[in-house]
Amino acid sequence: MDGPMSNDAGARTATAVAERSAPIPAGDGKPKRASFFQVFKEMPILVKLSTIWLLLVFGGAIYAKLDTGVFGGALPLQDPNFQTNNFNPETGAFGDGEPIEAPSAQHWLGTDAIARDTFARIVHGGWVSLIVAGVAAGFGVIVGGFLGSLVGYVRGFTETVTMSIIDVILAFPALILLLAMVSIFKVRNLFVISLVIGFLAIPAYTRVARAGSLAISNREFVLAARAIGTKPATILRREIIPNVLPTVLSYAMVAAAFVIVVEGSLSFLGLSVQLPTATWGNMINQARRDIDLNLLQVIAPSLALVFTVLSLNQVGDWFQKRAGFRASAL
Amino acid sequence: MAKVLGTRLLRLAATLFAVTFLSFIMTSLLPGDPVNAILGVDAPRDEETVQRIRTELGLDDPLPQRYVTWLGNAAQGDLGESYINRGQSVSDTIKSRLPVTAQLAFMAIIIALILAIPIGVLGAYRQGRWQDQTTSAGVQVALSVPNFITGIMLIWLFAVQLKWLPASNWNRISDKGLIENMKTAILPSTALALTQMAIFSRLIRSDMIATLQENFVLSARAKGLSDRYVLMRHALRPSSLSLATIVGINFGALLGGTVIIETLFAIPGLGFRLINAINQRDILVIQGITVFVAVVYVVINTIVDLFYTVLDPRIRRS
Repeated sequence: MDGPMSNDAGARTATAVAERSAPIPAGDGKPKRASFFQVFKEMPILVKLSTIWLLLVFGGAIYAKLDTGVFGGALPLQDPNFQTNNFNPETGAFGDGEPIEAPSAQHWLGTDAIARDTFARIVHGGWVSLIVAGVAAGFGVIVGGFLGSLVGYVRGFTETVTMSIIDVILAFPALILLLAMVSIFKVRNLFVISLVIGFLAIPAYTRVARAGSLAISNREFVLAARAIGTKPATILRREIIPNVLPTVLSYAMVAAAFVIVVEGSLSFLGLSVQLPTATWGNMINQARRDIDLNLLQVIAPSLALVFTVLSLNQVGDWFQKRAGFRASAL
Repeated sequence: MAKVLGTRLLRLAATLFAVTFLSFIMTSLLPGDPVNAILGVDAPRDEETVQRIRTELGLDDPLPQRYVTWLGNAAQGDLGESYINRGQSVSDTIKSRLPVTAQLAFMAIIIALILAIPIGVLGAYRQGRWQDQTTSAGVQVALSVPNFITGIMLIWLFAVQLKWLPASNWNRISDKGLIENMKTAILPSTALALTQMAIFSRLIRSDMIATLQENFVLSARAKGLSDRYVLMRHALRPSSLSLATIVGINFGALLGGTVIIETLFAIPGLGFRLINAINQRDILVIQGITVFVAVVYVVINTIVDLFYTVLDPRIRRS
């Protein structure tokens, strides 16, 4: 994958994408589904690194959740909410931890202002990001993707009404609308937050899917299917949606990056999931108050957040280009 | 042209209706009795107040009638008053805080443009070479750093380590003069500017690449004009059309986007007030600020849209 692909930061305009030829193997018969490792091999080095980072973060988050949820803390990872300087009634002594410890073999990234292990909190914090991004992507792909594919194909009155509603939601400044919606709820747990963010993700996906669907609906194979009298529902299911899906899925990566920033901002404002649940945003917010003492405590969660967002952008951009090639090769 | 104007204004009216209606029903969507929600937990409560809120909001009237009354009052600048800070009208709050937020947003756009234009032009001029690759990579990173992290890093460097600038607070121009005001304004607006810079420079770069292929650029070069002259005098202007649009739209978005930065720097703008109101569940203030920002945003977008149509005849025809 040399040539235009490796020039990742290069031109990203639609024309530039369209001008390039499609590097799709001229397979005969059914297209083979590429396995993860084949796709991984195709990636430029930076995208590979990004993928590895994402697997580490989200794998770590699932591991952490298993640890507390299923194994009751038996797996080798510290309790993210345990204050290591606490009085321990069993041993009859205070813990040996201290607030704002420097990194050590025991606490890889030191401890925070109330002596909790920062590394464990960062690993656990990935869970909130993962869930929010996942739910938003699920809502977006399923609801937005379907809605967009549908109205892009059937057009007419349905399209006008749907897109007007979408336009109105998008007419709000996103963060203000989110804050207004969050302020309605008295309890803010992971369920509520991911539901609200997921709901607000739908409009953008609908637009993306509709654009894809509009382009696909006029292609020869759709016209042919219609000409031989295939039912509209079947055309939608067999022709439109499978071809719109790659575009929508690769948009989901980039959208997930945005969603993670949004959740981080909410956490930072103290309006996301309630304490003591660790999120990267609330870790940054808590640590910034005594930044002159513990810069690392701010830097560590910040880097986790930035690397994750950057990685999602890299991988998403790459998949978007790939989906573009695929679409032009149809 | 008249037809374009007509459809745009019609759409504006429809969007404004929807935006105001959504903001309006916020109070009705709240679980439980709206009076409880509006009064909040911290507010002093007595029978007289409860009755007054009921009549003020016309809670016993049907919903459409309530909306019309509310909209009429809002149009005249009456958005109700805070029930937690008694006697403080929402429109006065907006009036006193808007200049702060607008200044931040304006400065952020200016800083972003000052940085973005040279970066974008350089990227296009040296397309594919190391200058382009470095700036593009930098832009990519800038896009991935949330503004509160930029803000904290700026505070750490310029306020904690170097002690050049205050870490928080705000000096109004009217109280302390321009220089003191700038000291408190420069860090937050720079933090806001970074993302904008990335968006702008990416746009300038790609538009500029397209412009540089045009014949008039070739002929300007053939005349022997210097590269710099051709870039800045011939190519930049036709490349900045979509930039103008994005600047307009992002200014509107920044009015809302300052929320986080204002909270981080404890700046008494609209956003900081909104967050306080959310924490106190001061519903009418939330509603007032939400509807105000949304309306401003929608109106700015329409103006930008029309402006764009006037500037570029190709869009007018299609």
